[in-house]
Parts: sequence; C-alpha cells; structure tokens
Amino acid sequence: MSAATTAPDRPPVATPSRRPRQRPARPRSRASTSLTVAMVLMLAYTLVPLLWLVMSSTKNSQSLFSSFGLWFGNGFSFFHNVHEVLTYDNGIYVRWLGNTVLYAVVGAGGAAALAALGGYGLAKYSFRGKRMVFGMVIGAITVPTTALAVPTYLLFSKIGIVNTPWAVIIPALASPFGLYLMRVYALEAVPDSLLEAARIDGASELRTFFTISLRLLAPGFVTVLLFTLVATWNNYFLPLIVLNNPKWFPLTVGLSQWNSQTTGPQTGATLDLYPMVITGSLLAVVPLVVAFLLLQRYWQSGLAAGSVKQ
Amino acid sequence: MLFVSPFLLAFAFAIAAPLLYAAYLSLFRQGLVGGNVFVGLDNYSRALSDALLHTGLIRVAIFLAVQVPVMLGMALLAALALDSGRLRWAALFRIGIFIPYAVPAVVAALMWGYIYGPRFGLVHQIGSDLSIPLPDLLSHSWMLASIGNITTWEYTGYNMLILYAALRSVPYELYEAAEVDGAGEIRKAVSIKIPALRQALLLCTIFSIIGSFQLFNEPNVLQALAPGVITTNYTPNMYAFNLAFNGQEYNYSAAIAVVLGGVTAVVAYAVQLWTNRQERAL
Repeated sequence: MSAATTAPDRPPVATPSRRPRQRPARPRSRASTSLTVAMVLMLAYTLVPLLWLVMSSTKNSQSLFSSFGLWFGNGFSFFHNVHEVLTYDNGIYVRWLGNTVLYAVVGAGGAAALAALGGYGLAKYSFRGKRMVFGMVIGAITVPTTALAVPTYLLFSKIGIVNTPWAVIIPALASPFGLYLMRVYALEAVPDSLLEAARIDGASELRTFFTISLRLLAPGFVTVLLFTLVATWNNYFLPLIVLNNPKWFPLTVGLSQWNSQTTGPQTGATLDLYPMVITGSLLAVVPLVVAFLLLQRYWQSGLAAGSVKQ
Repeated sequence: MLFVSPFLLAFAFAIAAPLLYAAYLSLFRQGLVGGNVFVGLDNYSRALSDALLHTGLIRVAIFLAVQVPVMLGMALLAALALDSGRLRWAALFRIGIFIPYAVPAVVAALMWGYIYGPRFGLVHQIGSDLSIPLPDLLSHSWMLASIGNITTWEYTGYNMLILYAALRSVPYELYEAAEVDGAGEIRKAVSIKIPALRQALLLCTIFSIIGSFQLFNEPNVLQALAPGVITTNYTPNMYAFNLAFNGQEYNYSAAIAVVLGGVTAVVAYAVQLWTNRQERAL
C-alpha cells in the first residue's frame, strides 16, 4: 500500500480538545448490582484457569491426577516442583529464562526506543519522504508478522544468523504499531513552543530530545515498551523456526518442548514432566503480570492518550 | 530524519527484506539436482487448487466469523460496564480481566489444554462430580471451539481496555446533554458511546482478523495433546510451517506465506471500506 492510498483510510478522529476526563469528578450514580454480577462472572472466567495453574503447581503428579483442580492436593510440592524445574537437565530452564530476558530487554527495549525516536521524528520534524515513511508504516501494521516468519528464517539462514540470538532480536526491533502510537503520543504531549524555546536557548536537537521531550513522552514510551515486551516475551512462532539449539530457546519454546516430551508417543509414560510444565508455566507468567501491575499508572494513561486516536 | 532512520533500518531488515524475499522465492521451485528453477506463478496456481490449504483457510474463516464477534461483544460490554460509573470495584475488574493478555499464548494453550484434557482436566472433574457427561473438548468436533475459547480468554481484556480508553475520550458535555434530554444509561450507551467507538472497534476488528488468519501458537501447542485431531494443515500458518520444516518445500511455503498475507490484507481492507461506507450512509 502506498501513502496515497492509505492516508485517507484512517482519517484522524477529531482530537478531543481536552485531556481525558478524570472519573472522580463525575457525579457518582448508584452502583448497579446486575452489572457488577455480570462483571464478577467475567472476572471469574479470566481468573479460574490461573487459579487452577497456581493450585496445580503445588501438586506432585499423583496428586495432580487425584485431587480437585481448584484446591490444594495431598502434600505441598510447590517448592519441590520449583526446584525440579530449575535444576532439570542441568538447569536448562534458568538458561531459557535468561534467554527470554535477553530477548525481551534487547528486543523489546530496542523496539520501544526506536519507536520513540521514530515517532517523535515523524511528529515533530518535516523532511522529504515523510508521508511515504508514514504510509509504509501504517501499511506494515497490517502485515502479519507470523506470515513473515518462514521467509525470515530463509533469509537469515542465507546470511548465517539462524540459531543465534540475533535471529530473534532483529525481527523484534521493528514495531510499526509502536511507532504509530508514539507518533500520536508525541503530537499531543510535546508542545512545539517548548522545542522552539529550547532551540532559541541553543540546545541541539538531540539534547532537546533527551533532556526535555523524553520526559514528556514517558507514559507513551512505557506503554509501547510493555506491549513490545509482551510481544517478545510471548513470542513463539519465530523462535521456534529460527532456533533449533535448546541453549538459545526462550521459555515458550522450551515449555512447549517439555510438553511434547511428556505427552509425545516416543517417550511413553516413563517421563513425567507434567508438574514441571505446570510450575514452569506459572514461573514464566509471573514477571509480566508483575510488570503490568507495577506500571499500571503509566500504561493506562499512555493507552488512554495514545492508542485510540487514529 | 535522524530520529527516524534507526527505525527504518530495523524495518528494512525485519519486515521489508523478508517480505520481498518471500515474494522472490515464491517464483522458483527447487530443482531436483539442486539450484532453483524459475517457474513464474506456478506455486500460486498450485496454491489455488490445493485442497489442504483450502481446508485450513476455511477453518480460520469459520473461526474468524464466530470467535471475533463473541470476543469483541464481550469486550464491548465490559468496556461499557467499566465506563458506566455504576460498577463497584471497577479498577479490580479492569486489571483482572486484562491479566490474561500478559500470559504467553503458549502457556495459555498448555494450561487450557490440561484443563480440557481427559486425564486430570478440570472440566471432566467438574463433569463427573456433578455426574454430567461432558464431551471431550480435545476431540475433532470440539477442537476449534476449544481454541476459540483460549483466544477469547487471552484477548477479551486487551480489547476491553482499548475500547474503554476510547470511551474515556468522549466529551463529557455529550452525556450532560443526553441526560438533560432524559436519556438513561442504556440509551446513552446505544446512542453516544457505541457510535463514538466506531474507530476503536474497527481497529480491534482488524487486529482480530489478522490474529485469526495467523492462528498458529494455540493449535501447535495443542497438537502435542491431541495429535490425531490437529493435522499438519490445521491452519494455513501451520501448513506453511510444516511445508517448510518437515517437507523442505521452502518455495511453495513462501508462496503460501504471500497468499496468506494477501488474503489477510484484502479482508482487513474490505472491513475498513465497508465501515467507511456505513459511516457515510449515516
């Protein structure tokens, strides 16, 4: 798609002239019980499987089969399971965790940084080909990244970087949606007058960016960072394809491999990895959930101000 | 330009180059002796008449037609409920329903797969406790619905937050005016909020369409739990994957990737056009 055809497709919604309303300022109407009940049901739907995961991580395999899924079983094997997960196969899980952190920090951090720089550049400067760049990025949002996975593998094997961390990190670095979000956010959050003032004071453009703009962009940046973090932490298809050395696996690929070993026909029932898959899954979930909870304030305001205005 | 160039470099490497390379590869066929032979559009005509690809495409189309409306409907209701101001513990619901988004698809699929499973699955425990015979959710006839449930679980909260964020930017005066005219919460939802969500809903729909066509992680993980049910061509993406890595048919696999990308783009674009036309008709 070219800039000419995409630009009119997504007309900017009339930007509200005000910041998002502060909810507490609104007069409180009475709470509706039926609405609350409906939402409790929905919350139960999202939390019950996670409760099952937590409960199951405290069980050994006999108890997994014999006890009710949403409550503790006989004995408390959580710490035993964790120990098993962390030490099995010379601590391969710890290695996977380390890989995942590496991919997430370099890949997602890099993607968010590039998106912030790029979005800011697109929002605050004019240069030749700017419309084309923006059109290309918008077009790329709809390019399904997983459809690119097989070609990416073929290309990377040509240049000899399959089976290295680069094969996972490089594709993670480009986040068209992140760039788009940062552009919208930069348009709103960084006033031109401030940049003018910095220029008059003789600050270079880079210095202005790092000392002034970056601070204003922070909530948008955290939002993009969290979303790219989820994308890389949870990435499965691409690493599955571009890596075949277990030493470089991220957690997702490693856990899935454990799962196929425990249920696959080739190993039979002798290899009982169920408690490890379950406990390993739980441990893989915790970091992101904690990140989302801790950074709530930032990403919710970033989302409110940025992602929805197109 | 200085600011944008690092992104463009990554973009070129990560998106543009593989895309072009796929298009290039799709025009060749691996020769018997080695080396690629130019075959023009042969791979595409093969794809057009490939029954294995068609079943996968039809399957994700059915998935798309059922799962996406259900998920977005739930997300819309939840977002409206959050925004109504009539909810107790709204913050708890907001973050709680969103949490599955932070769970890797692989973990979600493993977890649900075990819950569905006949061996120590929660579904069957509850079924036998209440002595209700429940179907095998990992069987042929239930699998697609089971996968649909997993993706619904994962993404309802995410869509809810996008819609909720859009609702928060509706100018407050509109509500005041409606209240003066005697509109209740439901009337406000139908006449003000849902129209205001048009763009955000479109965005969610397009992302969901892309996600549906790309379906891979969940069926691929569940394959280990139900090998007979999930075939190597269960979804187009699984087909492309298996062609490339189990069949060594790289060129044809690249053609399928291009076809899949094309179909996705066309459907996403059609939805967008259709929405725009609706908007103009109003």
